[in-house]
Amino acid sequence: MLAITTLELAHNDLDRLDRQLQAKVAQAPAFFENTPLVLALDKLPEAEGTVDLNALMQLCQHHGLRTLAIRASRAEDVSAANALNLPVLPPSGARERLVDPAPVKVVEAEPRPSRIITQPVRGGMQIYAQGCDLIVLAAVSAGAELLADGNIHVYGPLRGRALAGVKGNTQARIFCQQLAAEMLSIAGQYKTAEDLRREPLWGQAVQASLSADVLNIRSL
Amino acid sequence: MAKILVVTSGKGGVGKTTTSAAIGTGLALRGHKTVIVDFDVGLRNLDLIMGCERRVVYDFVNVCNGEATLNQALIKDKRLENLYILAASQTRDKDALSKEGVEKVIKELSEQFEYVVCDSPAGIEKGAHLAMYFADEAIVVTNPEVSSVRDSDRMLGLLASKSKRAEEGLEPIKERLLLTRYDPERVTKGEMLGVEDVEEILAINLLGVIPESQAVLKASNQGVPVILDDQSDAGQAYSDAVDRLLGKEVPHRFLDVQKKGFLQRLFGGRE
Ligand SMILES: Nc1ncnc2c1ncn2[C@@H]1O[C@H](COP(=O)(O)OP(=O)(O)OP(=O)(O)O)[C@@H](O)[C@H]1O
Ligand SMILES: [Mg+2]
Repeated sequence: MLAITTLELAHNDLDRLDRQLQAKVAQAPAFFENTPLVLALDKLPEAEGTVDLNALMQLCQHHGLRTLAIRASRAEDVSAANALNLPVLPPSGARERLVDPAPVKVVEAEPRPSRIITQPVRGGMQIYAQGCDLIVLAAVSAGAELLADGNIHVYGPLRGRALAGVKGNTQARIFCQQLAAEMLSIAGQYKTAEDLRREPLWGQAVQASLSADVLNIRSL
Repeated sequence: MAKILVVTSGKGGVGKTTTSAAIGTGLALRGHKTVIVDFDVGLRNLDLIMGCERRVVYDFVNVCNGEATLNQALIKDKRLENLYILAASQTRDKDALSKEGVEKVIKELSEQFEYVVCDSPAGIEKGAHLAMYFADEAIVVTNPEVSSVRDSDRMLGLLASKSKRAEEGLEPIKERLLLTRYDPERVTKGEMLGVEDVEEILAINLLGVIPESQAVLKASNQGVPVILDDQSDAGQAYSDAVDRLLGKEVPHRFLDVQKKGFLQRLFGGRE
């Protein structure tokens, strides 16, 4: 079995981490040679702020650690990983629950209510619908980011980014009244504005869904 | 209780200070006791445009820090009876203002004035945040170009989420769009965004469109707010905007390339 090292981040101080890794490498230089790594960000205290994932990965690589995936729960980390095309594993607690072989049929839990946004989502804003669908009843500006574990519906122009199924749900879809997005992504498969603008349906009401890892855009 | 207006934009150099001076003067001209407050600590521009730079003794930071009383720092406009200016400090930096200090000054101003016009610094950092935090209404100054529209959009997001009204769950800040430095000729050529484009993206109430005008530079060099130059297109456009701010319905002017006859120019509005 492949041995994968997990690095659980307890702080977000890259200089300090650099020193700590250096000390570890000094103890066992042979161990740190192209070691596959899972970067765990889910135990990072909230107060530690935004993680610069790119810089963090570079630092790890510098010490011989190759990041294969991250473990995270915060929307910002998930979207940063998606942007780098990096797989995201659920937080450790959640994963253990997944392994639990509970019979699927018995689950008759109440459906999670959708997150509904009625005000315009302006540039710089990020909205995450955790464990549910996201419904926006206004315009989504360029520079805004929508994230949902489920589907995303935008009853207005979608000019920002929309990432559905961010925890890996390939069945998730994105619906919008006017496609003008900077990026659409479903379960990590994405298309940027550069591709989207070439779509004949650019500017129109569309839905996006995945079939066999390909993001398809169809008329609504 | 006074109405607190913030003139803000995100992007720099779009015409906030020009607008603060014009709108503040326009309100005073219509009989409302008004103060214009310069939040751009470290740069100090408003007093130049208002032509009172030689009379600044104490400034906004002094009052915030309790080094001077409000009445010592308020500069009375030499042209209009009910217009005052609170200048920014040139010798301090942006961190000289604190939320508590600003709140105290705004509260005191609210007791004396009908309108408090806050001239915001550029950006979305502390200075701009303090300028908009206590606002009841916002005039979002935007130039008809993509980067300015984006920054205004961003600022609208902050007004809706990071203001006192937002944090306390009160009625949201009333947002109005002022499109400035509008050049219909360049719009026709496709070099600039048109009014409709900007309105569609930002989707807020349009307070006015101020044309690109030589009169603005001339007025600011003379230390006279351009709204007092009632022969100029920019001055007239600012007058219309003030009327709209006070609830009047005035058709928008100066939106089309000026190749029309005299009568058309007089009566040609939008629609
Ligand atoms: N309608 C206009 N026509 C022509 N020039 C204009 C117009 N409005 C503003 N300007 C010019 O643009 C420049 C910037 O204006 P102003 O200082 O009002 O902008 P600002 O947004 O306050 O800038 P800052 O972000 O630096 O505070 C000035 O030189 C001013 O004369
Ligand atoms: Mg200014």
